[in-house]
Amino acid sequence: MFEYDFMRTAFAASGAAAVLAGAVGYFLVLRGQTFAGHALSHVGFTGAAGAALFGLSPVAGMLGFTLLAGVGMGFFGEKLAERDVAVGMVLSLALGLGLLFLHFYTSAATQATALLFGNVLGVDRTALLILVALSAGSLLALAAIYRPLVFATLQGDLAEARGVPIRLVSVLFLAVVALAVAESAQIVGVLLVFTLMVGPAASAQNFTRRLAPGVLVSAALALAQAWGGLTLAYQTDWPTSFWITALSGAVYLMSLGAPRLAR
Amino acid sequence: MSALSFDNVVLRLGGRTILDGASFAVEEGEFIGVLGANGAGKTTMMRAALGLIAATSGRIDVLGKPAARGAPSVGYMPQNRGAVGGLRLTGHDIVVSAAMGARFGFHRVTREVRAEVGRVLELVGASGLAARPLDELSGGERQRLLLSQALLGGPRLLLLDEPLISLDPAHQAGVVEIARRLRDELGIAILFSAHELNPLVNAIDRVLYLGAGAAVIGKVDEVVTGPVLSRLYGADIEVVRVKNRIFVMAGEVELERDAHRHEDHAHAHV
Repeated sequence: MFEYDFMRTAFAASGAAAVLAGAVGYFLVLRGQTFAGHALSHVGFTGAAGAALFGLSPVAGMLGFTLLAGVGMGFFGEKLAERDVAVGMVLSLALGLGLLFLHFYTSAATQATALLFGNVLGVDRTALLILVALSAGSLLALAAIYRPLVFATLQGDLAEARGVPIRLVSVLFLAVVALAVAESAQIVGVLLVFTLMVGPAASAQNFTRRLAPGVLVSAALALAQAWGGLTLAYQTDWPTSFWITALSGAVYLMSLGAPRLAR
Repeated sequence: MSALSFDNVVLRLGGRTILDGASFAVEEGEFIGVLGANGAGKTTMMRAALGLIAATSGRIDVLGKPAARGAPSVGYMPQNRGAVGGLRLTGHDIVVSAAMGARFGFHRVTREVRAEVGRVLELVGASGLAARPLDELSGGERQRLLLSQALLGGPRLLLLDEPLISLDPAHQAGVVEIARRLRDELGIAILFSAHELNPLVNAIDRVLYLGAGAAVIGKVDEVVTGPVLSRLYGADIEVVRVKNRIFVMAGEVELERDAHRHEDHAHAHV
């Protein structure tokens, strides 16, 4: 399957997005902010649909909107990002607004499907370069805030007392989450961002008790699931996003039995 | 120089006045039991000493300097332990994360950090526990591990917020004993808040009682008396002593014990 240019591009693009999603997702799960991550993807949908309506690049619209929303969530404090009802309202409002944009944007159907469920085989060379560069930059940023992020996540009150700028850490983290969401949305779509950002992370936390290895396992699982999904899609001609979600779900189910084995 | 001094401090929190012109001083090397009714301001007082809450008026000094967030001379054990309890991380991971937690950028765990983590674990007798996941430790063992973090960086003042909460009596005695040993071996000042006086009464040097916006510090025999506590609780209080134990009674009700039970009840529902 590697003789096709679009397959090579798809492997590279999904790989770049998956590694970032797996690593970022680990902390998202650890911080109990998975729902906030989900909401960011819906905000991204609005951004992409709005950008398309105004003749701009949907990818740029999605990146801009998720980044703005992520930073905003960080500024309003950890409490907001963890408040289910508020997040849920933002989420549905964003999705509804995106729907309205698509309504006015006439060539809606394919565009909407691509946004909602992803279209990794449609990634072109320019988009790939952007994905890889963003992924590398985001991973570097995540590594740079790793220590304060872990401390603030595990023991917020103690971290605050020891002088860790909790609010800044939260803003920076959600900015990285926003980038990871925008990337994942291009692979598996807005509605299935969870499959790359939460599935591998939750599985990893069942497989290993340790922190840094957990991040690596999460990234590795996300990568394996993305590439496995692509391979299976190539063999079966079923949608890539379906196969990635199926693998993600299967691995998570397996991981539920893992802690007992590890002891 | 006092380890901690409050001079005519007014503290307000969300429209409520917690301390209203409170003054007290804790000397270096003193072990102080901090008591008072629920909501009397034990946690708020500690957070103000850490520089997390600014005093509306008055002056808070820590070792001769104004209270400031992140001061390395102060160690802290918060009452809310964070997400740590539910995670499957080893004690070593947790203490390392606290030791490295203030550093942005790319940092490996250095030999110095390892040595410091080893030192604080040794101080609380938790060296043998650190390799195990936190959720496999007993309540008392976990408390010791979390306590070790307060000693990182060699503070001269320790603020321990309710370290005895949800521990059985045997483990309570163990934690109090560690605090006393830390005072003796390191000569540091310790503020140790609790619901009940009895687990602390034989270990502490003095007691700091908070209530009705005021703070009273002194020997247990001077402070834990009917007249003083009646003023702090704003109710008629009788202090009953049976052998070495002290019971604070309001009419027929034993106050501190009830406060504790109430708290446990609340926890069960959260």
